[in-house]
Amino acid sequence: MDKIFTKPKSLRDIPTHYCPGCGHGVAHRLVCEVVDELDIREKVIGVTPIGCAVIAYDYWEFDCCEAAHGRALAVATGIKRMRPHNLVFTYQGDGDLAAIGTAETIHAANRGENLTVIFINNAVYGMTGGQMAPTTLLEQKTATTPLGRCAKLEGYPLKISELLSCLPGVYSIERVSTDSPAKVLSAKKAIKQAFINQMEGKGFSLVEILSACPTYLGLKPIDSVKWMAETMTKEFPLGKIK
Amino acid sequence: MPKITIDRERCKGCQLCVIYCPKGLIKPESRLNKKGIQPVMFLEGAAAKRRGAASGSNCTGCKFCALICPDGAVEVYR
Ligand SMILES: Cc1ncc(C[n+]2csc(CCOP(=O)(O)OP(=O)(O)O)c2C)c(N)n1
Ligand code: SF4
Ligand code: SF4
Ligand code: SF4
Repeated sequence: MDKIFTKPKSLRDIPTHYCPGCGHGVAHRLVCEVVDELDIREKVIGVTPIGCAVIAYDYWEFDCCEAAHGRALAVATGIKRMRPHNLVFTYQGDGDLAAIGTAETIHAANRGENLTVIFINNAVYGMTGGQMAPTTLLEQKTATTPLGRCAKLEGYPLKISELLSCLPGVYSIERVSTDSPAKVLSAKKAIKQAFINQMEGKGFSLVEILSACPTYLGLKPIDSVKWMAETMTKEFPLGKIK
Repeated sequence: MPKITIDRERCKGCQLCVIYCPKGLIKPESRLNKKGIQPVMFLEGAAAKRRGAASGSNCTGCKFCALICPDGAVEVYR
């Protein structure tokens, strides 16, 4: 009997600190599967965020650099420009990439930096206690929108992927999800392509991964994935954006 | 016949594999693990039938359980 599925080698064999059902676990594994399959473990450099994934570097068996909150793409730009033969990616939450880091994100994209961006959209700030994120849905209850997000007060869910797709410097943007096994497979395909784009020098490639934060959705993991499939993907439709 | 193993100490009991196994072969355990979490277990043969899996249901090695597991607790054999 052959083992047909096990953890990728680039993923360290230690338990993570993530809550039960947290989408970061799947996203971490997919990045590692791609790193293994492309055989780039010695070449890849990850830039990790501030957010629940702040210690992603503890889970990954390749070089990483920690960036200040929101600045991952500025740090990644520096690394990539000095070490163009390395494959550099950022891994960032919605608070990191689309709130405090909006300027760094937009300008790195606009410069068409040859980078791969893994953008984890879980519609909430996880690490700090479930506050509203730019990607929080209308009517979604969070610690800072206890009655639900209201467009008049807090604006609309920010579609940063669609926004970035207008920039000529951006090569590719795709939105995927991790709410079912089939979608996990598509997510992996998109991540792999985003790394291949960088290897071929195509430029800025971003994969937005819809991801569950059961703890701050206040839903059981099995209900969180349902919410993602039925509600979140209506606001954030899946597929190739650019 | 294909089968899976679940690392009960690593499992966080999210039950995503339970809802996605098309054969209904994964169920919560009655005992907790060392972290105080209720892990899940793989059911084979008579045990599967007792816990409500459709009769004749066998693991197909589809990997759905492993793909959805956020914690790398599942390995699949075929
Ligand atoms: C400069 C700075 N401002 C604010 C914070 C507080 N802070 C830490 S994580 C975070 C947001 C995390 O949300 P997100 O990026 O969506 O990641 P998640 O935890 O949901 O994965 C904030 C505001 C900080 N660490 N540094
Ligand atoms: S708070 Fe949310 S994002 Fe953070 S580890 Fe828990 S489930 Fe994951
Ligand atoms: S491999 Fe498929 S059939 Fe077998 S236990 Fe996992 S989900 Fe069920
Ligand atoms: S998906 Fe993984 S962590 Fe969740 S219950 Fe199944 S084996 Fe345990």
